[in-house]
Amino acid sequence: MRVHLDSEKCQGHNRCYALAPELFDVDDFGQAVLLVEGELPEELHGKARLAAANCPEYAIKIVEETRP
Amino acid sequence: MSVDETTTSPEPFEYVEPIFGDSPEGTHVWQRVPYNADDYGPVGDFATDFDHADPAYNPNAPAVWKQLRESGCPVAHSDRYGGMWVPITHDTVNEIAYDTENFTSRAVVVSVGRPGDLSLPAPIGGAPPITSDPPFHNMARRLLLPAFAPKKIEPWEPEIRLLCQRLLDDMGEITPGESIIDAAVQYAQHIPVNVIGRMLGFPEQDEELFRKFVHDVLERIAEEPGSRDGMDDLGKYILTQIAEHRENPRDDLTSYLLNVEIEGTPVDDEIAAGMIVLLLVAGIDTTWSAIGSSLWHLAQHPEDHQRLLDDPDVMTFALEEFLRSYAPVTMARMVAKDNDFHGCPMKKDDWVLLPFPAANRDPHQFEDADTFIVDRQENRHAAFGLGIHRCLGSNLARLELKVAIEEFTKRFPRYELAGDTRWSVGQIRGPRDLPVRILEVAD
Ligand code: HEM
Ligand code: SF4
Repeated sequence: MRVHLDSEKCQGHNRCYALAPELFDVDDFGQAVLLVEGELPEELHGKARLAAANCPEYAIKIVEETRP
Repeated sequence: MSVDETTTSPEPFEYVEPIFGDSPEGTHVWQRVPYNADDYGPVGDFATDFDHADPAYNPNAPAVWKQLRESGCPVAHSDRYGGMWVPITHDTVNEIAYDTENFTSRAVVVSVGRPGDLSLPAPIGGAPPITSDPPFHNMARRLLLPAFAPKKIEPWEPEIRLLCQRLLDDMGEITPGESIIDAAVQYAQHIPVNVIGRMLGFPEQDEELFRKFVHDVLERIAEEPGSRDGMDDLGKYILTQIAEHRENPRDDLTSYLLNVEIEGTPVDDEIAAGMIVLLLVAGIDTTWSAIGSSLWHLAQHPEDHQRLLDDPDVMTFALEEFLRSYAPVTMARMVAKDNDFHGCPMKKDDWVLLPFPAANRDPHQFEDADTFIVDRQENRHAAFGLGIHRCLGSNLARLELKVAIEEFTKRFPRYELAGDTRWSVGQIRGPRDLPVRILEVAD
């Protein structure tokens, strides 16, 4: 699983940082910053889904890997 | 949409000459819309004669939205206020909030006066950034954003907690099962005024005075539009505080505002005072209402109250569910140019009400939308708006709401409604009188 953040859509609602601080930080303007790159470790999958499900601007996308 | 219009991230912006407040071109050219409430009387059918200022609206708003949705009406209409449209579904509210070309923020409060073409020229408006449109909006907003970023707000938690505890202490001797207090008047309404007063660094001994000014101003606006007395007093008070801060700069919000620069030029007193007034107007009634509605809910749902006491971590989700279910803020737009909105012939200068609270109850967006689920996991609510005007104070508002609920529910582990709740009238929805009987007091 991978997480993708669309910074143009992000309006700084700050829901992701509250729910998944392991994955998201906020900058000085309150905009989200993605902390991880590439394949997410298994134990963070739940948090990633939670953050995506609560972003009011639909700025967070989860890309599930299709296993060969 | 270009990047400039949709993002608030630190990028270069096109410079637009700012005009805050009055301008020589005649900022006060307001049109009086052809509307007299007495010609209309109480609302019969909200689909064709919508009026959010009808006293029956706020107490019953969720039922009104439900009825409109179920009658297949995504956009209600009214001839009141010179013509007003009211999108009711999440999709239509979302679409208008994002469409800054066809809908302007020049005026965000529906009233009998509306800014004419010569007044408050777009894209700046009278109270930036809330009345601004792109591309200017982003510039005004970026001046304030750093002061309200999460990491600037988090450190206020202990002080807000002490304030709430002090308000609870001040209620005096409570006899469980007998004592009745007003959770809106004695508790909720004091919290946001005090917090913003402290952040601005206004003297503590002035708190009472300052609170009175603000409430005078807000209430006068509701009662007799056009009266500026309360505003003048508040304006003078703020200018005195600004002068004092210029002399003795310190680490507070007022000093921060005096140091922000527009294209290398520090803001003058008038601009700083304007920003302070906006923070007061946007931050006080709203937060007071959110706290009041949440306590109103808990008075009737002891099971949710108990869950918060047993499992404090559930607050992360409960907080957002209070905001979704009881979103206090409905904004407005004006139609910028004639357009056909899903079959509605919208005309330039028509009002458009933007009921984020109704969007939050849309069953197409939320499962069991009219049910309060204390640990709702998926909750993309729109209580703080959608798009570029996302509430600048949302991190502060959340912190105040969370701490206010936590302290009240801990101090009074059981309480119930005791008499009639009186709801506000107008675009901000929340209890104004909230008598509750305390059934248990923590030792
Ligand atoms: C629960 C409490 C609050 C709620 C529900 C709320 C809601 C909102 C909403 C819906 C908007 C969007 C306006 C629009 O789309 O036109 C907004 C904007 C704004 N709010 Fe809040 N608000 C709250 C508390 C606060 C506080 C505490 C402050 C500051 C002290 C504040 C300052 C602002 C400002 C400055 C804007 C304008 C942002 C812009 O236009 O870019 N609000 N608020
Ligand atoms: S929840 Fe969405 S809009 Fe809010 S900060 Fe995170 S990514 Fe941005």
